[in-house]
Amino acid sequence: MDKHSYKAWLYLLPAILFLGVFLVYPLIDVFIYSIEEGYNFASQTHFGIGTYNYSYVLHDPYFLQALKNTFILVVITVPLSTALSLLVSMGLASIKPLRELYQTVYFLPYVTNTLAVGLVFMILFKKTPYTDGFVNGIITLFGGTAVDFIDGPYWAKMLVLCLYTVWVVMPFKVLVLTSALASVNQDYYNAAKVDGTSKLRIFTKITLPMISPMLFYLIITGFIGAFKAYSDAVALFGTKLNVAQMNTIVGYVYDMLYSNGGGYPSYASAAAIILFTIVLTITCINLIVSKKHVHY
Amino acid sequence: MKVVLENLTKKFPPRNKKSGSDVIAVNNFNFEFPDGKLIGLLGPSGCGKSTALNLISGLQKPTSGKIYFGDDEVTTLEPEKRGVGLVFQNYALYPHLTVRQNIIFPLQNFKGKDKLTKAEMNERALEIAKLVQIDMLMDRKPSELSGGQQQRVAIARALVKMPRVLLLDEPLSNLDARLRLQTREEIKRIQQKTGITTVFVTHDQEEAMSISDLIVVMRDGVVQQIGKPQEVYDDPKNLFVAKFLGTPPINVFDGCVKGQKLYIGEEFIMEAPGVGDADVYVGIRPEGFVLDEGGVLSCALDRVEVMGRDISVVASHKNAHATVRAIVSSDSNVNITAATVKFSVKPSKIDIYDKETEERIAIGVKNG
Repeated sequence: MDKHSYKAWLYLLPAILFLGVFLVYPLIDVFIYSIEEGYNFASQTHFGIGTYNYSYVLHDPYFLQALKNTFILVVITVPLSTALSLLVSMGLASIKPLRELYQTVYFLPYVTNTLAVGLVFMILFKKTPYTDGFVNGIITLFGGTAVDFIDGPYWAKMLVLCLYTVWVVMPFKVLVLTSALASVNQDYYNAAKVDGTSKLRIFTKITLPMISPMLFYLIITGFIGAFKAYSDAVALFGTKLNVAQMNTIVGYVYDMLYSNGGGYPSYASAAAIILFTIVLTITCINLIVSKKHVHY
Repeated sequence: MKVVLENLTKKFPPRNKKSGSDVIAVNNFNFEFPDGKLIGLLGPSGCGKSTALNLISGLQKPTSGKIYFGDDEVTTLEPEKRGVGLVFQNYALYPHLTVRQNIIFPLQNFKGKDKLTKAEMNERALEIAKLVQIDMLMDRKPSELSGGQQQRVAIARALVKMPRVLLLDEPLSNLDARLRLQTREEIKRIQQKTGITTVFVTHDQEEAMSISDLIVVMRDGVVQQIGKPQEVYDDPKNLFVAKFLGTPPINVFDGCVKGQKLYIGEEFIMEAPGVGDADVYVGIRPEGFVLDEGGVLSCALDRVEVMGRDISVVASHKNAHATVRAIVSSDSNVNITAATVKFSVKPSKIDIYDKETEERIAIGVKNG
């Protein structure tokens, strides 16, 4: 190592120090917790090293429920919200009057508090002994039967959670896609127009490839965000998520740490590592797929 | 296929709606582009030449006037139905497609009975690629090509569907000087080989003069002059055209005609039969000066620039609008230490222009 590289490391030191203390060390620590069996929070002791924590978590019905919920949420909301955002931003790009107003309207959810929005959704969907709520009102108007979306059957609650998630994540995607669409050089469209290219073909052969880097970015961050969902469920169903069958993986981790007296950091760590593994795997798959389809 | 423009006018609404009037980009353009020729639309930026091209391609619709391709009126026809090939200034090659896919792209849009099989498309693409000499680059992406190669691909893509008219928007402006020279010859060669009526837009007069069969000089949306390059250069209709064509540019002096004699300041330049007494602008081409001890025009010598083939004498004159630049052959002797230099002037290289209208005034001798 010559003189220059010492200097280089010196310059890097502040960043390395902070990243190490606040990011790398906790990650390693979580992994260590997850393999320490019978860890006692009060005495900070443990019996041994092994995979028991993982086995416990993977056999815990609450965790399996959370896993199922999270996967349903991811599989439904990521494609749906991305496709809807693309539709909305295409619409925004093609209208002229009041475009700014629409853009603002579509961006509002992004700056609105999650819990406040959750409350609004609850009021819309909740059925109480006194009133069926707004959505049920519409359903009964069309001859359906009222369903309690907040305390009712599993599918109804999942439906509300998915709707809510899509609604919350869309503004950011619309924002990114609108600017991505605007940055495509108009000459490409003119060239295609002169050649008599159909609208569908322009969309699939020009627009999509041109915005594919941004689209891909949204899909990856969308997957990660959906896997880490927690506050959305809390906003709709309160903190007793296990009882409501609406828990998510992050919710499970939180419960293991704090609720009901908490005190199971080992289980929480194991669940967190499992989540980390899942997200890492999905992201890697995404990256491999994107190599084939994303054009820079 | 000839292209006829009839009273073609394009107005854009003013940006500020309260004040300001419409911007007239193209004003009453009348011309018949003859079949199978290469025509250069020439003018400074903002003169409406690109708008004129867009009107022909159909990307913009005229405010009034008509456009015919041959005998068909295409004024309201969408661009795809006109059968035009358009090459953009930045080429607009699809970056995610290979050269072959780019060239085939227009062919894949054919519908119904025109539909081609994959083999036919590839064959046509290869044929065109050979014409523009890029057939060995078919599997590359545009980003892996040089500027000149990209230009050829763009031309190939415009030509592959056998357009009735080929339009080129500033085709050489993104190339370096050497490549520009090469590519303009290439464009001429391709145009002659295909025989397709070609219109190209440029602000570079040298480019337009060198390859065009006809040039159209425009200013502020109004066509100034149309003609063969040499004719326009030799017989400019007005001062603008005279100034715009030629490098180095024409030298302009304040002068006057008195008793059918042309003066610059006090110096008698030449006889001007048939011209009434008036103050005029006098335009003298740089090649119109001849070094002559007994010459009629004396200027203060600033410096001499050696260009190799010839010498550029830079001088100043109190009646000149800018520094005077004369081009003389390199074997002439210029005394660089002298304070003044005297020129005689070739009468055929002198034009005079009305001070008010800037229109050219015909001198009896020249036209006779």
